[in-house]
Amino acid sequence: MSGDAGFVTSRLDEAVGWARKYSIFQYPFVTACCGMEYMATACSHYDIDRFGAGLPRFSPRQADVLFVVGTISQKMAPVLKRIYDQMAEPKWVVSFGVCTCTGGFYDNYATLMGIDTIIPVDIYIPGCPPRPEYVLDGLLKLQAKIQAQHESGTRPAPEPRPELELEPWMPQR
Amino acid sequence: MDAAALIQALTERFPDAVRSSHAYRGDATIVVSREALLDLARALKGDAAFQMNFLMDLTAVDFSTFGKKPSSAFFASSGVAVRPSAELPDEHPWPGPPRVPNAAAALGAPPGPARFVVVYHFFSLPLKHRLRVEVPLEENDAEVDSVTSLWAGADWLEREVWDMFGIRFRGHANLKRILTYEQFVGHPLRKDYPVNKRQPLIGPDGHASDHS
Amino acid sequence: MPRTIPDNSVPAAAAASDALETRDMLLNVGPAHPAMHGIIRIVARLDGEQIVDADVDIGYLHRGFEKMSETVDYNGVIPYTDRLNYVSPLINNVGYCMAVEKLLGISVPERCHYIRVIVSEISRLTDHLTCVGASAMELGAFTVFLYMIKAREYLWELVESVTGARLTVSYCRVGGVKADLPEGFAEQCAKAFEETRRVLAESDALLTRNRIFVDRMSGTGKISAEEAVSYGITGPFLRASGVPYDVRKDCPYASYDRLEFDVPVGTRGDNFDRYLVRMEEMQQSMRIVEQALRDMPPGPFQASPQTGRSLPASEMVDQGKVGNIPAIRDACAVTDPTLDGSAKPLHVSIATAEKRVFLPPKEDTYGNIEGLMQHFKLVMYGHGARPPKGEVYFAVEGANGELGFYVVSDGGNTPYRVRVRPPCFAIMSALPKLVVGDMMADLTPTFGSINMIGGELDR
Repeated sequence: MSGDAGFVTSRLDEAVGWARKYSIFQYPFVTACCGMEYMATACSHYDIDRFGAGLPRFSPRQADVLFVVGTISQKMAPVLKRIYDQMAEPKWVVSFGVCTCTGGFYDNYATLMGIDTIIPVDIYIPGCPPRPEYVLDGLLKLQAKIQAQHESGTRPAPEPRPELELEPWMPQR
Repeated sequence: MDAAALIQALTERFPDAVRSSHAYRGDATIVVSREALLDLARALKGDAAFQMNFLMDLTAVDFSTFGKKPSSAFFASSGVAVRPSAELPDEHPWPGPPRVPNAAAALGAPPGPARFVVVYHFFSLPLKHRLRVEVPLEENDAEVDSVTSLWAGADWLEREVWDMFGIRFRGHANLKRILTYEQFVGHPLRKDYPVNKRQPLIGPDGHASDHS
Repeated sequence: MPRTIPDNSVPAAAAASDALETRDMLLNVGPAHPAMHGIIRIVARLDGEQIVDADVDIGYLHRGFEKMSETVDYNGVIPYTDRLNYVSPLINNVGYCMAVEKLLGISVPERCHYIRVIVSEISRLTDHLTCVGASAMELGAFTVFLYMIKAREYLWELVESVTGARLTVSYCRVGGVKADLPEGFAEQCAKAFEETRRVLAESDALLTRNRIFVDRMSGTGKISAEEAVSYGITGPFLRASGVPYDVRKDCPYASYDRLEFDVPVGTRGDNFDRYLVRMEEMQQSMRIVEQALRDMPPGPFQASPQTGRSLPASEMVDQGKVGNIPAIRDACAVTDPTLDGSAKPLHVSIATAEKRVFLPPKEDTYGNIEGLMQHFKLVMYGHGARPPKGEVYFAVEGANGELGFYVVSDGGNTPYRVRVRPPCFAIMSALPKLVVGDMMADLTPTFGSINMIGGELDR
């Protein structure tokens, strides 16, 4: 903090964050089962619009938040990366469902083991699929994160996850 | 027609083509040689006695580790063996995986086990009967005639079998991968393909640059 | 993103008319496209606005269901089947379990059959609601989508009260179901159906005679009965073309042969007929559930009231840990949806008599050594039921058509091969046939009426 200028910028950051968190334009990248719960969350029963995230934009260039909903296969991964790259900054990524977080129980040749191996993720909402209440909770956490973010914050590259050591008692494949 | 009558009719109609048959759990099944498949399929579809207008399913099984699969657990053989209960007598035993006559069989040896078996499930809507046709294939000559000329639905099903097992279909116009991608090496449903051998297109281990 | 690519491979046929160049255009739709509620890629060749050729690329949701099934035991496949057609997971559960039961050669009690029918039909309702709602939304009728999802929400609450989960239920077991229907289910069901009927009436009023809707649905995506059969298409899609094939009628399973229902059949085989068939099937499904609830043989729960007290399954775990066996023996686990509660007297009516296949009641697992061993022999890694060697095919009527499971056993504790015959695979393979000759804008209603479900299509 350096006197009045610091006070102004921090107030500005706060105002920008407040505006951003309540005007989320989301891009639902819906692939699989979680899409059903995404639908339930977005429709009138759970009504995601109450939190200012009611408008899905189906163009990445108009969206702020990428909802990755459902399993991403190896075949789909380049498409996801491309859509992420097309989004304009500032952008956030929500990993919806356990398949996008870690690959879930599809530990096989076809499935990407978590989208954070190819794009950075801001909020993980595990669950197979997560209930709408859980999604809304994740959205609130994302809003808190957006509020706290500074204007000039740059995004660090994702850290590679450590390779799992196979213990002798584990299934050896 | 019930399973026994259907098998009987087919055996009489195609004495050379039908190698063996069974009706395990009431599913009429015949094993035919691949040379006879197309004629048999044509008759199944066209004949008034069969009228198999639906090709319900077309898939394959890799029998290479059948009965000798190493258990992935410590307790290899400690599962609960279940035999059919008394009220459901097992009158049609299962004869085991289909066999294919190979070079040794010509010298009098019994036919060897087939690595791949292509499995067709037919259904007749007018006559309401089902039939399973199995075509055993050897590993180094995994090719069978395509039935796309008879059932349009066979197109994608055969592509899937090619993708998953690497079995070729002679006469298929567009035999390319369907569920995996062009860059994929190998055939994932073969028993020798490890379940978690990944071939990522992008990411830390991706090989997109090699193929693009 | 839709993107036009000038196709250089086509020779300039327009050279003759030097004023107007009429080259075909390639339009790439998908795999992530706003007008498609599913991830497929269609490369359409367009002459003006008319589609002259289409190439469909699938496999974007291939997650290796069949390979994974070979690595887990027979009960372990059930969660994977939930995620095949994730809009009607209970039907997949029923189909797989009945296929394995056929392989094992065991039968289940009558009440279990009725429970399976009830949950299957509720699933069919949710599936058709989602399909009709989503395809109406894509044609601009967003209200209908909101209404139908609202109705689906009531049905999911019903499903949750039975299974403990909204979507991925894993409710069936090889040889039975997880737990009996909860108390007050019939009343809850009647209430949910009342809401659903109201929504269906409202949607019918909004759509069926709506000029815009009819114009876009009627006459588009046509397929004749012969072609549909040749592609192996089944379910509502086939019935809209006039072929009255329904597995529930033609090869009845569970208790469908004792229930009365009609199979709606279309005449023209276009999108509008498919919509009408689905709307009518929902009414029939509710009719089936109401009959099944009326005719279902009562379980012993009703026949002989359990003495002793009810104990939540979670508390039973704690009692078992401290070795308080009499407390468990004299009690009865509450059928509670979140934990695998059992209520021992109910077991006779919902589970097979074959003890080596079905998990013992919780009271036995925590209360005596035989039950504990039986439980461990079934759930521990590397254990599980080992069916005799053999192969079977079993088909049920899924929401999109014939859902068949082909299971091969080598006598081990994991399936040697599990193959699912996905109904929408056949329909998708006919998509090029369906859209060629139509306008580009007709792709949306046609794709909507296919009800493509990625989990089932790509597995």
